[in-house]
Amino acid sequence: MTHRAARHLVPRDPAARRQTGGGPTRSRAVSARGAARVFTLYVLLAIVAVIFVFPLYWLASSSFKELEDIYTYPPVLLPKHPTLANYPAAWGAAPFGNFYVNSVVTTLAGTGLELVNAVFVAYAFVFLPFPGKQVLFTILLASLMVPIYVTILPNYLTVASLGWLNTYEGIVIPSAAVAFGAFLLRQHMLTLPKEVIEAATLDGAGHLRMLWHVVLPLSRPMVVTFGLISLVGKWNDFLWPLIVTNTDRMRTLPVGISFLFREEGVLDWGLIMAGTVFVVLPILLIYLAGQRHIVAGLSQGAIK
Amino acid sequence: MTEQVIARATGSTVSNRDERRRRRRNLRPYLLFVLFVGPNFTLLGVFTYWPLVYQLYLSLTDWDMLSPAKEFVGLANYITMLTDPRFLGVLGNTVYFAFGVVGGSVVLGLGLAMLLNQKLRGRNLVRTAVFAPVVLSGAAVALLWAYIFDPNYGLLRPVLSAVGLSSPDWINDPDWAMPAVIIVYLWKHIGLNTVIFLAGLQSLPAELYDAAKVDGAGPFRCFWRLTLPLLSPVTFFVLITTVIFSFQAFDIIAVLTAGGPASATTTLAWYVYQEGFVTFRTGFAAAGATMLFVALLLATLMQVRYVGRRVHYR
Repeated sequence: MTHRAARHLVPRDPAARRQTGGGPTRSRAVSARGAARVFTLYVLLAIVAVIFVFPLYWLASSSFKELEDIYTYPPVLLPKHPTLANYPAAWGAAPFGNFYVNSVVTTLAGTGLELVNAVFVAYAFVFLPFPGKQVLFTILLASLMVPIYVTILPNYLTVASLGWLNTYEGIVIPSAAVAFGAFLLRQHMLTLPKEVIEAATLDGAGHLRMLWHVVLPLSRPMVVTFGLISLVGKWNDFLWPLIVTNTDRMRTLPVGISFLFREEGVLDWGLIMAGTVFVVLPILLIYLAGQRHIVAGLSQGAIK
Repeated sequence: MTEQVIARATGSTVSNRDERRRRRRNLRPYLLFVLFVGPNFTLLGVFTYWPLVYQLYLSLTDWDMLSPAKEFVGLANYITMLTDPRFLGVLGNTVYFAFGVVGGSVVLGLGLAMLLNQKLRGRNLVRTAVFAPVVLSGAAVALLWAYIFDPNYGLLRPVLSAVGLSSPDWINDPDWAMPAVIIVYLWKHIGLNTVIFLAGLQSLPAELYDAAKVDGAGPFRCFWRLTLPLLSPVTFFVLITTVIFSFQAFDIIAVLTAGGPASATTTLAWYVYQEGFVTFRTGFAAAGATMLFVALLLATLMQVRYVGRRVHYR
């Protein structure tokens, strides 16, 4: 934490220093060239902003378009007759009520299980003794190298034989194990101040009490970070829910909307965009609220 | 260290009179360990490691997932696949996709990171925007871009016609479908690489740049002689992780093109799904998955072997 704070205080990026550290001795020519450079940079920044924001604006605005605003060229950027009709229409075109319930249930259950697993596993590897702990940890991390394509066939057969096809258990349980999350939390728990842990131990705190009252509160930022990236992953998960469900009633949102596109005869983009908003909006709001955690967590997650 | 402290602490609080109780107490941390990691390791065993072994076996069989008997055929599936021009086309598509995505990720990701590393007003907002698609559902992003790519009513048609080009029928044209998939994949994922490059750029030693400036080096020289070499471990890291991720890309392909048209966007990952769950040629699906696994394993080993060096620059 202190590291991160310190990094913001010290202007480490060399480019910024070069740009701001000109000083009064700078000649006119150089400052004119500097101004041109800054202008170019702002133009580039604006182009980048447009490339990444405009598609999302297009998504939102199109979801309010009537058919005549959609089937027209050049495209209408602002709906002429904004309408909310696409939303109920999309809601009626597919069982979105079910999709929502399924996505919320499987996301919350999956994230909850991953969090519980990650916390207990990390705690055990840091604070509890066990013969061969290092080997077990290697086995844990090695599972990151097994791609889902290797496991989908056998796991489908397992889930089918358990009678879990088209059930929440079938969607949630096979992906409830953690490796990266346990690793992330373990790394954090290793940095906790030893004095605090020792003091708690000497006070006679058992492991469960120490976990709940000492380690967990001290690890909260990491737990939140992992919880958020797990949440994003579960909400967006596509391949596994696609495989273990085959009824409209059990589809999750991402899988459900994909059929909206493939099955529609004439493409009513307004309706499809409205359906897409259903999927995108909750996660976009979570992202805007917890951006710092999510960006940090996911860029560390890339190491996997 | 901590274990010793805990062991000592537990040892000292136990009375010496009752040996049995003490032994039981000493075993308790072990039991607790098993209790804590047990569920997770059980899940890993059942849903990760056992499948790994079982699917290797499946790749040596001829099976349709339904009939009771699997016929053992040895390496026949692998041989059939590797001599089938259609499967070689799948491998070609996988490499094409990986090259496009990796090239774009490294060049554009580094460019974006360098831009966002400048002291500019609003750069934090732009960073938020660049990263936003990373958290969105790939299926949703694919739907949005399917509309943008619409050759008649999509957003790209006026953009292209502004520079005098006519819009191809992106996702329905075998020549344009793969570039379309690559564009969407880059748009969605580039924020991640940008953030990683940005962290790398911010960790470069400012003194070196000051020294280079004193020596009269211009921005281009600084870039080629300082930034690029110093950043090479980060670049290598981005390169390998992007390869690993690109091999596993699924939802964008599934929704945007479903592997088509005419298999033009059928990558190895899509092939495994298609053979396994659409045409039910389980043996081929498993063999394809094994090849994917080996490719990813090689990439990961390269990363473990070489990326350790980037620690030097942090």
